[in-house]
Amino acid sequence: MTIFGTLAAKPWLESGSGEFPPSGRLRIPTGRLGLIFFLIVISVLFVLLGTAYVMRMGFGDWVPLDEPPVLWLNTLALVLSSAAFQGAWIGVRRNRPAGATAGLYAGGLFAALFLAGQLVAWRQLDGLGYYVASNPANTFFYLLSALHGLHLLGGMAAWGRAAARLRHAGSAAELRPAVELCALYWHFLLVVWLALFGLLLADNGGADAVLQPLPHGMH
Amino acid sequence: MAQTAIPTGTYDDTDHDEDLGDGHHEPRSFITKYIWSQDHKVIAIQYSITAMAVGLIALVLSWLMRMQIGFPGSLPFIDPERYLQFVTMHGMIMVVYLLTALFLGGFGNYLIPLMIGARDMVFPYVNMLSYWVYLLAVLVLVASFFVPGGPTGAGWTLYPPQAILPGTAGRDWGIILMLVSLIIFVVAFTMGGLNYVTTILQARTRGMTMMRLPLTVWGIFVATILGLLAFPALFVSGLMMLLDRVLLTSFFMPTITSLGERLSYGGGSPLLFQHLFWFFGHPEVYIVALPGFGIVSDLISTHARKNIFGYRMMVWALLAIGVLSFVVWAHHMYVSGMNPYFGFFFATTTLIIAVPTALKVYNWVLTLWQADIHFTVPMLFSLAFILTFVSGGMSGLFLGNVVVDVPLSDTYFVVAHFHMVMGVAPVLVIFGAIYHWFPKVTGRMLNDALGKFHFWVTFLGTYAIFFPMHYLGFVGIPRRYHDFEGIAFIPDSARELNAFITVAALVVGAAQLVFLFNMAWSGFRGRPAGSNPWNATTLEWQTPETPPGHGNWGPRQPVVYRWAYDYSVPDAEQDFLPQNYPRPAGDGLNPEAPPEQGGLLR
Ligand code: HEM
Ligand SMILES: [Cu+2]
Repeated sequence: MTIFGTLAAKPWLESGSGEFPPSGRLRIPTGRLGLIFFLIVISVLFVLLGTAYVMRMGFGDWVPLDEPPVLWLNTLALVLSSAAFQGAWIGVRRNRPAGATAGLYAGGLFAALFLAGQLVAWRQLDGLGYYVASNPANTFFYLLSALHGLHLLGGMAAWGRAAARLRHAGSAAELRPAVELCALYWHFLLVVWLALFGLLLADNGGADAVLQPLPHGMH
Repeated sequence: MAQTAIPTGTYDDTDHDEDLGDGHHEPRSFITKYIWSQDHKVIAIQYSITAMAVGLIALVLSWLMRMQIGFPGSLPFIDPERYLQFVTMHGMIMVVYLLTALFLGGFGNYLIPLMIGARDMVFPYVNMLSYWVYLLAVLVLVASFFVPGGPTGAGWTLYPPQAILPGTAGRDWGIILMLVSLIIFVVAFTMGGLNYVTTILQARTRGMTMMRLPLTVWGIFVATILGLLAFPALFVSGLMMLLDRVLLTSFFMPTITSLGERLSYGGGSPLLFQHLFWFFGHPEVYIVALPGFGIVSDLISTHARKNIFGYRMMVWALLAIGVLSFVVWAHHMYVSGMNPYFGFFFATTTLIIAVPTALKVYNWVLTLWQADIHFTVPMLFSLAFILTFVSGGMSGLFLGNVVVDVPLSDTYFVVAHFHMVMGVAPVLVIFGAIYHWFPKVTGRMLNDALGKFHFWVTFLGTYAIFFPMHYLGFVGIPRRYHDFEGIAFIPDSARELNAFITVAALVVGAAQLVFLFNMAWSGFRGRPAGSNPWNATTLEWQTPETPPGHGNWGPRQPVVYRWAYDYSVPDAEQDFLPQNYPRPAGDGLNPEAPPEQGGLLR
């Protein structure tokens, strides 16, 4: 049933037509739909901030900040975290509890590493004199990375619940909804991070900056 | 879609009686039943009571402001700073903490599950958290009355730089608490909003297709989507301003000298704030209007015993208004010095949005045309809503045009316009809705005589308050002014008019106390209502118990056979056919569902 098909229905003609229609729910688990709406809300949040970022850049006093190299390692950690969650998801789908467990633990671990790495990045920036209020570029970096980190922290809470349930779970199938939701959320936050990181790189040197430090490990 | 057999697969759709799964057993103790409750009906009542309690504060503030304007100096403690603090808190509370919370947290929570035949929201725990976080936001807001310097006096729009500069009332603490409270509110709203949208999409009972939803649910649905997309803008702008205030960053703060001192701010853009604020602020108008539109459609149809005219068009119009409301925001910024082409664009979209809005008004009127109108209290409020909304909407057409808006901007004409269209009109719907659903919530009718008294005083009284303000605006009387002493162009007649308005405001305020009394008294002593006092078709009136019990539907969820507007159907024995009422068995048209599929409730 397409959206337009639905909206073209003539409900006043339907009564007594012998129909016994289903309710027309979307064929998607309710939890996942709720999460998707949440992801849309977060997207709006970051898109608005991104727009403000770009607008604010143009006001003349913008001094791009040198991204600390540890951000590349953090990015790697987040990619691995996301990959591990994907592994866990595949594990529960194929009913391989060991794979699911390993993926879930690894995912959480790498996410924690990412968060710790972000704090290191903040300290380094602070040490280099990139204070929050000294330039809008700094402010935006701190704000965006903090918001992103907070969302990941929220994800860690959900992860903690899933991991706690892992002990009592009889089968991998029981964990499936939780693992699916975590994986989806992690992939999303990875995309958000890549976008933020890209924004940061783009404003301090364009493609050169994006390509040059690659040896640090994008693989 | 011509589906005659009952699907028996494992697909979600069939197991709709399993919804009361783990973690949602009937609560036993007083605490889990009435306080820390996950039941959508209890949460709805908590939301409503909290919203009305803060609303009462906003109402009292409006009396104080009116006393100062109508009888300057009569309450000596209202100095200019206090006046602006009252304006700000009154406006913010009314728009965000009363109307948004009451329409979505209150009516949304109560009505969505009942109207779609569900047992509860799909995420009851998150729903409960939503209320407690909202309460926290309210407490933080109210706390700002008690901190040194008092609440912020920046105006509800909180424009920087002035909002966070020394010299603005509440600059030390008030503004911080205001911003923190708004941020918390957005979190609460998001938790609730995700629930409403997902519940409407996924928890509809068998037979309740989207196009069979009552318009109330449609209105709440679209408004919630608007909220989910618009509130992040408030969140972002609040957060950024908080950083500007606390950490001295310069998102919105330009290079500026204040009280002879050059501040450390520099390079920020106050206009950026305005864009973000109104990207939230305009949809916000529709967040409080669309649920009202939906509710009024249902009240009119029920109390005029006639199907709503143009149901499909009503749904489309809601959607169209929802989409358009995101491309009109800068009509609040005509005097901000923006590019004239920009103004042209936004004036055009603003006029376009009037089309689907007018369409809804025509459809209400056509629904009433030759209908069997029962002048019940809900109907009276609905009719008053249409009138008020049209009056307010008309002045909106003026203000939407740049050349007309520029001289009228920041005058009482604007105050008149927005009070009519987004102050009084939604409040009238809320009253109508309370008179309509109170019997379901409490099992008792509100007193009719007191209700009619409340209606006439409120309706005529609010006109007496806000209609004359248009004239004050034409004369050029500015808004957000503490007093008008010594302003040469203001004639004496304007002062007399202001005194009159103040008297009217006090009378209207007193009538609200009568209403509160009516609720308190009727809740315990009112006439028992029975399950369906208005002979309405929608599902909430077909519950086995009134007030509905935990899980709403007893052992079986209802099954829906028709849309929500089968009133005065030819050859039916009653003048209405409830949504879960199949054609009489025997005509072979509408096979009753087998009991294991839900069956029929009555
Ligand atoms: C009897 C009811 C009401 C009275 C007597 C009243 C009175 C007032 C007064 C005197 C002002 C300040 C005007 C000025 O100095 O600029 C004001 C502002 C305002 N009111 Fe009301 N009001 C009432 C109801 C409402 C309602 C229901 C809403 C809900 C939307 C509302 C929203 C606002 C807003 C948004 C402002 C602007 C605040 C600002 O300028 O920052 N009012 N009202
Ligand atoms: Cu607007």
